[in-house]
Amino acid sequence: MSAPGERRPDGEAGQEPDHGHKQPIGWMDKPDFVKRLFLAFYAICGVLIVAEVVFGKATEHPHPYEGPFGFYAVYGFISFWFLVLLAKPMRKLLIRSEDYYEREGGDDAE
Amino acid sequence: MMLSSLPPFALFFIGAVAVGFTKGLPRKVLVLAIPLLGGLNLWFNVDPGLHLQFQFLGEYTVTPFRADKLSLLFGYLFHLAAFLGFLYALHLGDGDVDGAVAEEDQTGGDTAGLQHVSAMLYAGSALGAVFAGDFITLFVFWELLALTSVFLIWARNSERSYATGFRYLIIHVVSGVLLLSGALMLANRTGSIEFGHIAGELGSDGSGGLIAAGPGGWILLIAFGIKAGFPLAHNWITESYPESTPTGAVFLSAFTTKVAVYALARGFGGADALIYIGTAMTFFPIFYAVLENDLRRVLGYSMINQIGFMVAGIGIGTALAVNGAVAHAFADVIFKGLLFMAMGAVMTMTGRTKGTDLGGLYKTMPFTATLCIVGAMAISAFPFFSAFVTKSMIMVAAIEEHHYIVWLFMLFASAGVLEHAGIKIPFFSFFAHDSGIRAKEPPKNMLIAMSIGAVLCVLIGMFPRQLYALLPMEMDYHPYDTTHVLVQLQLLCFGALGFITLMKSGVYPDEKRAVHIDAEILYRKLAPWLVRTVGGAVARIDAYVRASVLELVGSVLQVAAKAHGPVGPLARSWPTGSMVLWVAILLVAYLLFYL
Repeated sequence: MSAPGERRPDGEAGQEPDHGHKQPIGWMDKPDFVKRLFLAFYAICGVLIVAEVVFGKATEHPHPYEGPFGFYAVYGFISFWFLVLLAKPMRKLLIRSEDYYEREGGDDAE
Repeated sequence: MMLSSLPPFALFFIGAVAVGFTKGLPRKVLVLAIPLLGGLNLWFNVDPGLHLQFQFLGEYTVTPFRADKLSLLFGYLFHLAAFLGFLYALHLGDGDVDGAVAEEDQTGGDTAGLQHVSAMLYAGSALGAVFAGDFITLFVFWELLALTSVFLIWARNSERSYATGFRYLIIHVVSGVLLLSGALMLANRTGSIEFGHIAGELGSDGSGGLIAAGPGGWILLIAFGIKAGFPLAHNWITESYPESTPTGAVFLSAFTTKVAVYALARGFGGADALIYIGTAMTFFPIFYAVLENDLRRVLGYSMINQIGFMVAGIGIGTALAVNGAVAHAFADVIFKGLLFMAMGAVMTMTGRTKGTDLGGLYKTMPFTATLCIVGAMAISAFPFFSAFVTKSMIMVAAIEEHHYIVWLFMLFASAGVLEHAGIKIPFFSFFAHDSGIRAKEPPKNMLIAMSIGAVLCVLIGMFPRQLYALLPMEMDYHPYDTTHVLVQLQLLCFGALGFITLMKSGVYPDEKRAVHIDAEILYRKLAPWLVRTVGGAVARIDAYVRASVLELVGSVLQVAAKAHGPVGPLARSWPTGSMVLWVAILLVAYLLFYL
């Protein structure tokens, strides 16, 4: 199943970087398109906020904290930042080399 | 019909023998026909009830085939998962896949027969476990799950996969031994080996009856918990899935953990502790998933996160919550299977699964990329995708039961799912920076299996009534209303906005070729260190004691040699006269004493 821009007719293992051939151009390579995509996404976010103004929130079993306007939007946004900002110092503490468990002292050591 | 009393596992076990003796087209037909026929038989012929039962050791009733709504749902699910798994693995044994990598990162083609037989027995064992009406049968299939599936890891044929497979086996055998111990203790107390609700009756205040379950019940909870990936016992998932073959991971992700979820749902519904254990499971893996480089290991962490929702639902214990847990397990097998299939396809065609090595594959693998995105949207719970209609049941049940803080954690974990499974998996493999890899689309059978999975993700999301009708408890739940759709979209879209801002500001951590220490350090580093240290200390003490004893024996021998040696006083030969004299003295003393 050949993809647009496929330049490997030899069928060899396709894992190696294909620097010798002309690189296929994907839509991610077009900055204008990517920019438009982002703008469309920001517009969707805006619409979602407006929708809350228009429709309001009416659940059968409301959570006591979900009342404030834009609760879910703010919670979603903050969650991502919280997640990453906590993961970064966690990495500093926990990161080891790739062969950490294989090195002497691990159970995989020869 | 006669087939209705044949336990579902039997067809798979018999089928595995047949698969072992066939090759080529007949084998392909067999591996697809067995789950298909078994599934149809279960759907049309098997009603709830006890279908096979006999006496064991005079006093115990063994029930290898008990069907009720709970076990039937898992039964349908496992047949479906087996069918999709075999369809996905159908090209194995056809020789090298055109363009695929077959050397250092094996596609597993040369072990096709072994993998098919193993997967068939594995699926059969999962079915055996969910239709087991007693603990003895459950124990047998519990252990078989591990023994049959380990070959899907070993088939990778590398040093690392051998070591991982052994650890996997040991952990699961320990779980099985605990299960048997707990079951025997429970049987000793209740006089029955029937596998029913273990946690005891709920207290009047609604608190879970874990205490009433007694030590036997607690041991059973640990046994189930190991297989479900409870915190500290979770690393077998993140270790073994990335080390298995591309097709093996699809089977592994479907069965073992879901059997554990089934066992928890049957035995521990309403046990309070599970709410907090489950919430912890939804929470901590998402941090690891942010940092992890191997995308199949990310999916392993994602698996723990999703099981966390199920475990919490079981803990909440209401009809809506338990139904939610079971429905989410059903949806999870399909969307997680789809994601593992997508990563397996990438691995088959490129030999790589690490974020640092991949990127830009959408250019030459657009179908795989699209199907992966469908799986990512399903797991992220976008409206009209499967998790939206299943996970929300658990979340609503948490609110209904006033577990507000738990709900906040779950909502955070839901955003975390979007981060690692919804965005990271498709983004780093198919988009992000262009790795320069120009891999082709995977074989057609892989694409078809992924397509069916993707269609099911959407169908469940759009028509949840069909799934709800199969759930074990009565409930009235409507997932679609304006507010639910709106707030879910807000959570997800603004979460994604958070991701964009994190990437644009350069705060998002780079993918790194590294490992991040997790609980596995306990048995991969600490335990060997303890064995070495304690062993060394014992050896030193042993050497000291031996040397001291030898020294003592030596000095005793020296004293003895002094006394009895050639010149020792006790070794001298004495004249007979002195002997007679001493005897006479003794006789006189005796006579005097007697008189």
